[in-house]
Amino acid sequence: MGVKKIGKQTVRLSEGVRILAAASTVSKKEGEGPLGKYFDKIVEDSTFGEKSWELAESRFIRENMELVVQKAGLKMNDMDYLLCGDLLNQCTASTFGIMDFQIPFFGLYGACSTMGESMCLGAMLIDGGFANHTLVGASSHFCGAEKQFRAPLSLGNQRPPSATWTVTGDGAVVLGKKGNFPCITEITTGKIMDMGVTDANNMGAAMAPAAVDVLINNFQDTGRKPQDYDVIATGDLGEIGRGLVVDLMKKEGFTMDGRFTDCGIEIFDKNTQDTHSGGSGCACSAVTFCAHFYPRLMSGEIGSMLFIPTGALLSTTSSQQGQNIPGIAHGVVIEGCGEKEDK
Amino acid sequence: MDTSKRAKQEYDQMVKKASPNSPIFTNCLKAFFSGGLICGFGQLLLDYFSKTNSQEDAALLVSVTLIAISAILTGFGLYEKLGKHCGAGTIIPITGFANSVVSPAIEFKKEGLIFGTGAKMFILAGPVIVYGTFTSMIVGLIYYFVGR
Repeated sequence: MGVKKIGKQTVRLSEGVRILAAASTVSKKEGEGPLGKYFDKIVEDSTFGEKSWELAESRFIRENMELVVQKAGLKMNDMDYLLCGDLLNQCTASTFGIMDFQIPFFGLYGACSTMGESMCLGAMLIDGGFANHTLVGASSHFCGAEKQFRAPLSLGNQRPPSATWTVTGDGAVVLGKKGNFPCITEITTGKIMDMGVTDANNMGAAMAPAAVDVLINNFQDTGRKPQDYDVIATGDLGEIGRGLVVDLMKKEGFTMDGRFTDCGIEIFDKNTQDTHSGGSGCACSAVTFCAHFYPRLMSGEIGSMLFIPTGALLSTTSSQQGQNIPGIAHGVVIEGCGEKEDK
Repeated sequence: MDTSKRAKQEYDQMVKKASPNSPIFTNCLKAFFSGGLICGFGQLLLDYFSKTNSQEDAALLVSVTLIAISAILTGFGLYEKLGKHCGAGTIIPITGFANSVVSPAIEFKKEGLIFGTGAKMFILAGPVIVYGTFTSMIVGLIYYFVGR
């Protein structure tokens, strides 16, 4: 077992990896939501002046990555590695978004858990001594995702109440070693969990077991309980998935209270924005973390947080061939800048 | 966590309980009236076209008119708004068929006229055509042997 491993699925970084800056760029609908005033940039036109949804997503990535590096007071050349991913086939949104930066790149696919995956690996690269700064992020685009996974936008079909709404945008953070910033201290890597869900319109149900597995393993490995964190936030389970996590955790003997929320619930107002079960997509957890949680970690309002982006590992092919929809989730423990309790 | 077969069955029950059903009654009601309105409008058109055309030409003109209206509404992004509320009411009539051809044609325009619009245009309507033809063939055979 590695010296930093503290249990079955969790590692403790030897020195906390600092989150030097976070930035979020979203589209109009996200801007109209409850978190509207916290986003760095809201682009009214979801094509972002590009000629396709795919190129638009690339532009979201490019401009947001430039913004976050600038917010960190650094230059793109200071970044040792770039890690990011998206939902488009072969992660082409990321490819065309970041290729001009000419930074060593690891392309990631964790479906909507990509923000968790990129933060985990980016922090490990720094803690392992392989980098001073890493730039990590994730993105998605409602129109591109609908086109690839579901139906053409102008098709007059109905969405069931369990469906979620893919967030358009990019969230990115710069990780580094020094300074008084929120710290990534522990990482609980998730396993692929398949509990037999096949309904592609109920992703929350498909992903909830993966989130539960990360929660249980994090608590077992660290000896903590849900109440030891100020905030526990899953990625994009939505209302239905969050409810299922609460029920499953109860069976396992843990009480998930009001500290447990879901980025998909935070980002949209389901009553006025017609988003049904909540927000989804890689950008859902990414932009919600950057706009909503990071500033509160920075101010010390949140002392410690367990951030668990969740992903559904399906493709149109696997789904049409009748395969189940397995889920994945990654847990990132982040401690704020405020006075830290002795551990 | 427990991933046994029994746990999966239990989870399936939990998911069913937690996931709200679509409001079937109101959906049916909306579909009934919106579908009926479209068909009623079709009948008005038929009466109008019948004044100056043969019955056969008038029926054709009705189809063409409804398809044109649906295609234009789809192009302006309005049909999806109707479809959201009307559901089957706007999918089942010929207007829905037109929408299912025009919407992928627009969506995949960026992939070019051949591999985009041309190839993807019938991605949704294709199965309807294939199985519509197939069913009519079966019905025709039954009619040939039994119905006469």
